Amino acid sequence: MSRTVSITLQNNDDARPIIDAIEKDNPKATINLYPAMVKIDCDGRLIVKQETVEELLGREWDVQELHLSIISIAGNVDEEDDYFELSWNI
Amino acid sequence: MAEKRKKKLGIKQRYSMLTRGLGWDTTYQPMDKVFPYDNYEGIIIHDWEGWEDPFRLTMDAYWKFQSEKEKKLYAVIDSFAQNNGHLGITDARYVNAIKLFLTGVSPLEYQAARGFTHVGRQFRGVGPRVACQMQAIDELRHVQTQVHSMSHYNKYFDGLHSAPHMHDRVWYLSVPKSFFDDARTAGPFEFLTSISFAFEYVLTNLLFVPFMSGAAFNGDMATVTFGFSAQSDEARHMTLGLEVIKFMLEQDERNIPIVQRWMDKWFWRGTRMLTLVAMMMDYMLPKRVMSWREAWDIYFTEAGGALFADLARYGIKPPKYADIATKEAEHLSHQAWHIFYNYTHAAAFHTWIPEKEELDWLSEKYPNTFDKYYRPRLEYLDKEEKAGRRFYNDTLPMLCQVCQIPMGFTDMDDPTTISFEVSEYKDDKYHTCSLGCKDIFDYEPEKYVQAWLPVHQIYQGNCGGAEVPDVLKWYNFNLGADNMEYKGSPDQKLWDEWQAHRKKA
Amino acid sequence: MSFDIKTNVIQPRRHTYAHIAKRLGGDKPATRYQEGTWDLQPTVNFHYRPTWNPEREIYDKSLTAIKMEDWYSFNDPRQLYYGTYTMARHKMMEAEESHFKFIDKSNMMTLMDAEWQQMVRDFILPLRHFEWGANMNNCDCSDKAYGTAISQVALFAAMDRLGIAQIISRVGLLLDDSTGKSLDQAKADWLDSDRWQGVRKMLEDSFVVEDWFELLVAQNLCMDGVVFPLFYQHFDEAGQAHGGSAMSMLNEFMQDWGKDEKRWMDHLLKVTAAESAENAALLSGWAVKWTDLAIEAFTPIAHHVLGDKADEAMTSIRTEITQRAKKSGLEI
Repeated sequence: MSRTVSITLQNNDDARPIIDAIEKDNPKATINLYPAMVKIDCDGRLIVKQETVEELLGREWDVQELHLSIISIAGNVDEEDDYFELSWNI
Repeated sequence: MAEKRKKKLGIKQRYSMLTRGLGWDTTYQPMDKVFPYDNYEGIIIHDWEGWEDPFRLTMDAYWKFQSEKEKKLYAVIDSFAQNNGHLGITDARYVNAIKLFLTGVSPLEYQAARGFTHVGRQFRGVGPRVACQMQAIDELRHVQTQVHSMSHYNKYFDGLHSAPHMHDRVWYLSVPKSFFDDARTAGPFEFLTSISFAFEYVLTNLLFVPFMSGAAFNGDMATVTFGFSAQSDEARHMTLGLEVIKFMLEQDERNIPIVQRWMDKWFWRGTRMLTLVAMMMDYMLPKRVMSWREAWDIYFTEAGGALFADLARYGIKPPKYADIATKEAEHLSHQAWHIFYNYTHAAAFHTWIPEKEELDWLSEKYPNTFDKYYRPRLEYLDKEEKAGRRFYNDTLPMLCQVCQIPMGFTDMDDPTTISFEVSEYKDDKYHTCSLGCKDIFDYEPEKYVQAWLPVHQIYQGNCGGAEVPDVLKWYNFNLGADNMEYKGSPDQKLWDEWQAHRKKA
Repeated sequence: MSFDIKTNVIQPRRHTYAHIAKRLGGDKPATRYQEGTWDLQPTVNFHYRPTWNPEREIYDKSLTAIKMEDWYSFNDPRQLYYGTYTMARHKMMEAEESHFKFIDKSNMMTLMDAEWQQMVRDFILPLRHFEWGANMNNCDCSDKAYGTAISQVALFAAMDRLGIAQIISRVGLLLDDSTGKSLDQAKADWLDSDRWQGVRKMLEDSFVVEDWFELLVAQNLCMDGVVFPLFYQHFDEAGQAHGGSAMSMLNEFMQDWGKDEKRWMDHLLKVTAAESAENAALLSGWAVKWTDLAIEAFTPIAHHVLGDKADEAMTSIRTEITQRAKKSGLEI
């Protein structure tokens, strides 16, 4: 049974640090490249951490800025001040 | 106090104070009169406070992020127009997908805007109302950015000039129109199940993600930009879709069978409508990213599988007939293209027989079905066309009473037999294309007998006249330009001219 | 990418969509407002009747007594479609945000007299519930309105009222050090204080008004015609004697918004009244009825804040509404 959660982002400069942060914080994540977009899959759970994005970006980053780059998601969303998480309760 | 302490509120708490606290129970007018529509569907809500806000955008943040997206998007649209971006697409055949999009999909965005405005007033809970209102205005954004992006294509290509007029009248556009009319005439909870959950959460990825990636691949930067820019709102919409389902299921177990029935219905109705997208992906993109079948595997079988496993704890099962829909993914786009190839003289876009390499690609992507059933037929039609006998079907097809697609789909285990079902209601017979559509009809026949079926309407003389050209004029078609085979069309002629000049230059 | 094709080869074959050209009286370039507004709403061949109200069609002209030959006679004088709308609001909000930041940083709220701070809690914070009601009413109008032109201005107004309710809530959070206690008290006042019951009753009665055009007049001409001058001019001026400049700064968004609302609302009244004597009579009747109700409903809070200057303020407000209505062709 698939438990894959997934986030798809635009493949552009704004999304680059977010993609890198996801890769760093989710070692099990698989990155799929398509024309103009990147689909990141992960088993069960996937997190975007504010701290990591800010480190890579070198400035303050509001988690809601994610809304500018996001294309699609799969999973239950938990959005907090310092993280955005997708998960399945399976 | 020695030093003033500045407290910073967490996002959840802040959002709750700034929105949820705004509502109150009316006492000068009864609540049931102020909110008359949110309980007749049988959904039981004990505690509206149990609603989990799917996202927490206050209006200040909303205006900030959305205006930023809009600024970027319109910069691309402007530069696309200024630089004659339409010359950069792979092939003019591609524009036919855009025609179908503007006439078939964009009007749905408008319907969504009005539908979410309606439910955004009708729920008595503040949380769902705010979420719905935000989606309403997002959907207005989508229709307007689409109309603005495609405005440039309309200046150079046929078939894009009268989308609202066509959407209200043309036979194949009644497929998406009736889909949305069905949702909008349902109660507020069913509306959210149909649009937010079944469509946005389960199926919309199939429309926007691979297709828009395909647009990028085909050099259409305007479309890919509005597509992805729209999708950036979609993550919020999907979250709303999942939240409303969990909310209903958690409130009362008597809601479960109602929700399950709606899921079954709207999954089926949604997959039927996406037939148009299947065809766009497999046949209308000159450069292809993935086949409909592959998209189905990624976005329904895999993503949907995890979703329904997650919902299993509430006693929810995967949609009825999901297995048939998965089987259909091997056939759907080919059968749909065949229908439109037959009737392209009555459509506002062109069709054609794919080039040899394209046929080879389809053979490779559909090893179980394409060579066996569909390639020989396309090769035969190609031969006929080359011999000056381009085939057009002059008999009007019978339409499914529910999904309104011509009854041309076959039994999936026997692709040479047309599938159909019959129901009786008040001494009349009604035909549907599948068990999925028959179930929908049989549960609410009083609704589906009202359907404005284009072919019936033509025969009853309500569509401009008795002859096909009269009907097409009533559709506002420019005959000989908007319709017919791609080869020899004004679109093709012009495209070839531009290409010739480019070579010279 | 550049294409070296002579421009005469790539002349446009048409300049805009056919339905837009028809309204423009010929094939000419159209604005984004026009292309993004005109004729977007479906008009015929609806498949099913609403199960929640089978008496009506999905889009139905008969949901108001107002009759228009063409529901696109009205065009937003601000030419707002979604893109220009969000950009315009973001700009207003950016200014407001910098006021919030400045006031918070400099503890400017504490410069107000303690008495006036209490007064602010009494009059402005419960108003967030009125704004939420205004959101509901505009949402209802947007839902039932015929044609994209009016439906979209009402939707923009609905979202704006949510935004204003949130700005007012943030004033409360500034006053109570983000505990939310001031908002709880304001809600209690809204529900129970005598000063507010007239307003609440009027608003709740408006929630069940059936004719959406009447509701549009009741909310956006009459109730707002009282609220915006009363709260953001008269009360604002009264606060000057009590060190209320922080509130003056925060009122800026609402002051600007009130002006903006008048622009489209007055134009809508003018176009609608000019269509027929019947329309003008309906609008006039609604305007008289709801102006009387609104003046009466807000009088207690006006007295609480302005004391013996309240009657004068209410008279000038009534005069202003009357003048606006007359200028738009209403008999009032």
